Amino acid sequence: MSMDAVFKALADPVRRQLLDRLRRRNGQTLGELCRGQDMSRQAVSKHLLLLEAANLVATQKSGREKRHFLNPVPIQEIADRWIGKYERPRLRALADLKRKLEDDGNR
Amino acid sequence: MANSRFLYVTYIRTTPEKLWQALTTPEFNRAYWFGTWQDSTWQAGASWKLLFSDGRLGDSGEVLEADRPRRLVLKWRNEFRPELHAEGYSRCTFEIEAAGEVVKLTVTHEIDRPQSAFIEAVSGGWPKILSSLKSLLETGMPLDRPGA
Repeated sequence: MSMDAVFKALADPVRRQLLDRLRRRNGQTLGELCRGQDMSRQAVSKHLLLLEAANLVATQKSGREKRHFLNPVPIQEIADRWIGKYERPRLRALADLKRKLEDDGNR
Repeated sequence: MANSRFLYVTYIRTTPEKLWQALTTPEFNRAYWFGTWQDSTWQAGASWKLLFSDGRLGDSGEVLEADRPRRLVLKWRNEFRPELHAEGYSRCTFEIEAAGEVVKLTVTHEIDRPQSAFIEAVSGGWPKILSSLKSLLETGMPLDRPGA
């Protein structure tokens, strides 16, 4: 699984939004993922295939339905490549601080 | 959906047999699974335990299916956090498929209840474990040790 495919897949806002939707509710069908999208079913399907090719989405057939699952393993591999074990707690603390400050700013 | 489920996939440059060994051998487990290891004879019906490095019991259950080196299904319950223990048994399936020069490992972890706190808890751990397992099998070095 090439890292190029992962970065290419993540470079598109529509595809990142599809991953966000799966994070909120995992295991959705194509039909469910199309709901509320200003896009054709074919276009959504094409984006999902690209995400699947990058291994960011894993699918499972249950009966006649194909369900889509967020697969964060390639993102973990990218993090493991550049982020050292001992940097993680500090980076997490910074990310938590940023989120808290930005949430406060939005109130 | 009435159940909670995670499905993780990783591709590893190894053989199905080596991957099976990495999943079922305590010395391998300790290297990539946060220092924990599993205790089982890996026969269908055998008991299964996940133990912390200090010997405390983390999780326990039973081997439901063992088809070496293709498929392993575990009945799995948390034993160290009361609120997760209360959710009862989950089911964890490992599927190993040769795909050219790599092996596809699919891990499915599910429980028959919506919005499971147990599935939420294990979901964060699996990507780290699988990434470290991949590194160990491909380079001989796990990720969670200094110098790796």
